[in-house]
Amino acid sequence: MRKFLLAGAACNAIALGTAGTAAAEDLTLCWAAWDPANALIELSTDFEEQSGHTMNFEFVPWPNFADRMLNELNSGGQLCDLMIGDSQWIGGGAENGHYVKLNDFFDENGIDMADFIPATVTGYAEWPKGTPNYWALPAFGDVVGWTYRKDWFERPELRDAFQAEYGRELGVPETLAELKDIAEFFQGREIDGNTVYGAAIYTERGSEGITMGVTNALYNYGFEYADPDEPYSMDGFVNSAGAVEGLEFYKELYDCCTPPGSSNWYMGENIDAYRSGQVAMQMNFAFIWPGVEADPNVGGGKSGYFPNPAGPEGQFAQLGGQGISVVAYSDKQDAALEYIEWFAQPEVQARWWELGGYSALSAVVEDPDFATSQPYAQTFLDSMAIVKDFWAEPAYADLLLAMQDRVHNYVIAGEGTAQEALDGLVEDWTEVFEDEGKL
Amino acid sequence: MSDAPMDRVARATPAGAARRIRGLSDRAIAWIFVAPSIFLLLAVNIFPLIWTIRLSFTDYRVNRPNRDVEWVGLRNYERILTDDDVWATMQATAHFLIWTIVLQVLIGFALAWLINKKFRGNDLWTTIIVLPMMLSPAVVGNFWTFLYQPQIGLFNYAVAFVTGADPASFSMIGDVHLAPWAIVIADTWMWTPFVMLICLAGLRSIPDSIYEAAECDRASPWRQFWTITVPMVLPFLMLAVLFRGIENFKMFDLVVQLTGGGPGNVTTLTSIDLKREAFERWRTGYSSAYAVILFVTVFGLASIYVKALNKVKDR
Repeated sequence: MRKFLLAGAACNAIALGTAGTAAAEDLTLCWAAWDPANALIELSTDFEEQSGHTMNFEFVPWPNFADRMLNELNSGGQLCDLMIGDSQWIGGGAENGHYVKLNDFFDENGIDMADFIPATVTGYAEWPKGTPNYWALPAFGDVVGWTYRKDWFERPELRDAFQAEYGRELGVPETLAELKDIAEFFQGREIDGNTVYGAAIYTERGSEGITMGVTNALYNYGFEYADPDEPYSMDGFVNSAGAVEGLEFYKELYDCCTPPGSSNWYMGENIDAYRSGQVAMQMNFAFIWPGVEADPNVGGGKSGYFPNPAGPEGQFAQLGGQGISVVAYSDKQDAALEYIEWFAQPEVQARWWELGGYSALSAVVEDPDFATSQPYAQTFLDSMAIVKDFWAEPAYADLLLAMQDRVHNYVIAGEGTAQEALDGLVEDWTEVFEDEGKL
Repeated sequence: MSDAPMDRVARATPAGAARRIRGLSDRAIAWIFVAPSIFLLLAVNIFPLIWTIRLSFTDYRVNRPNRDVEWVGLRNYERILTDDDVWATMQATAHFLIWTIVLQVLIGFALAWLINKKFRGNDLWTTIIVLPMMLSPAVVGNFWTFLYQPQIGLFNYAVAFVTGADPASFSMIGDVHLAPWAIVIADTWMWTPFVMLICLAGLRSIPDSIYEAAECDRASPWRQFWTITVPMVLPFLMLAVLFRGIENFKMFDLVVQLTGGGPGNVTTLTSIDLKREAFERWRTGYSSAYAVILFVTVFGLASIYVKALNKVKDR
């Protein structure tokens, strides 16, 4: 495999070097400010050497990422030539003319979407969903999963106590109910002289946090975005009995088993709580796992990873991750397309994984050595096999904010009931789709 | 020949230009000077205001440039004024506004009164007290999130020290009942020094002779306070209330940093709600109507208040 990749790299280097590129350009790539972005900077130095173009990067912290970048796109700004935009932006990016359609480019350059993990193609590249219209190349596969303190789970005194209390072994939970038991067990427990708590979960109000968290419970209890036979018909699916139960579960988990003051937590806060030894488990996107492994406090075998546990109606996990698109307002589109052509190469994707980026290329993740290449690699594969994503409609921001409001108000502020929250959500989403002319 | 500045300017003016200027009326010259400012005012303030009012009658969305824009009449205004969530944010804003002003005026006046007394280290204490208002509101918001942390926050530990409660047993920014007070406390901490400075200016503007005359008349310190100090500082206090009222009506950064408007919507002030409608939901027409309503409200209240202020000053 490695030889094949190296040979491919050599061929592509020659191809890129002799492709008759125009003058060297200063390209700007826009993405979120997080660990994988640093890996991308390192990866992109090869592109700069091969192409002669210069890469600049505009990284914005997650809480402001959508605001900042959607403003940029909506105003037709030319700051970004390449955009690694969130998966839910794809509908708006396509319909509002922000992204360049890539079908012809893919055909001309032999880039085949069948070579990528199907869920990432649907999630990051296609609009309308399920049609072969591509507006991005899957760039970074990501999914919500769980990290746990393996070293605590292995302590004999804790195992005995758990066995005595719950009548089973303390181990990786198979179901969400088991996860809640474990979280309850750790909540308020003294470990090494410190009070620790059960789990850090997403509760953030301002951007997308609580939605990215609660969906991991909702999906597994039977929540559906709409009737599969009747698009946008949501009553009885969004607010089904199972969905209500799932929302109640998430609130119970928040009430019983999270650290005090965790009412507005998202990725960063969960990482901090976990690394500082406050919690036994944390919900978070897979991108954090390389950082966890490298952390002196919780890395090096002290942590384990597991996919989102199953619920009564199945096992699913919230899709994260992004595709890379060429911004339609850029006047350096040719050079930007060169970057995508380079990035799609199997050897570049393999290197991307080595540096800590989650490649979405099947050849990389299906490599026999992949699952054992990192302690979290198998969990990543298992999680990517069960993903579901939020709406990717052009009106996704309206849909997301409505869900943030409804869910946060119920789970964190304790307003009303789960049924009322989801009924209200159906009303809000119906209004959005009516405004959009889709209902 | 005189060497006055005006004469020097006149001599330096080229003959042609001088002839042209001599041909203009005073009114025309005044217009020439004022025109750039008026143009800027029109471009930066008046035109956007008129454009906002126009947009408020449409369903325009800035993120959907390809979509047809429809004239919807007063529908946006009707939706806003009948929306329970908007009224909830108005209530949250009123709670924040009233309590911050009450606390800042009381504490600010008390501090000014103390600082006005001559004592050793007076200047040092004044400097220390005004430090919070020199910080950025975003920094203050961030700083208070740490103070309010149930496990490590100094505020929680201070409350625990006084009450004997477990510091981790309450969360100032995570509890729906405490969060509205959390933002009031942080804002009061930051802006009380501002009110104090204005009150101090008021106190120092009262001539000593008035107090001396009152003492000759054997007026008690209590009576002097109510009949001299309070009436003479009142215009300054009202000015402070006006400034703080306007500032806190548009409060955004400190609260966003501190609570993000949560938990639920209990600290979602109107400015935060407006920003979400305009730049997260991208309902440009709707948010323009929202902005117009807020503008009219603030403008109306401020006008009434300024009239009252002028009456007090004229007394």
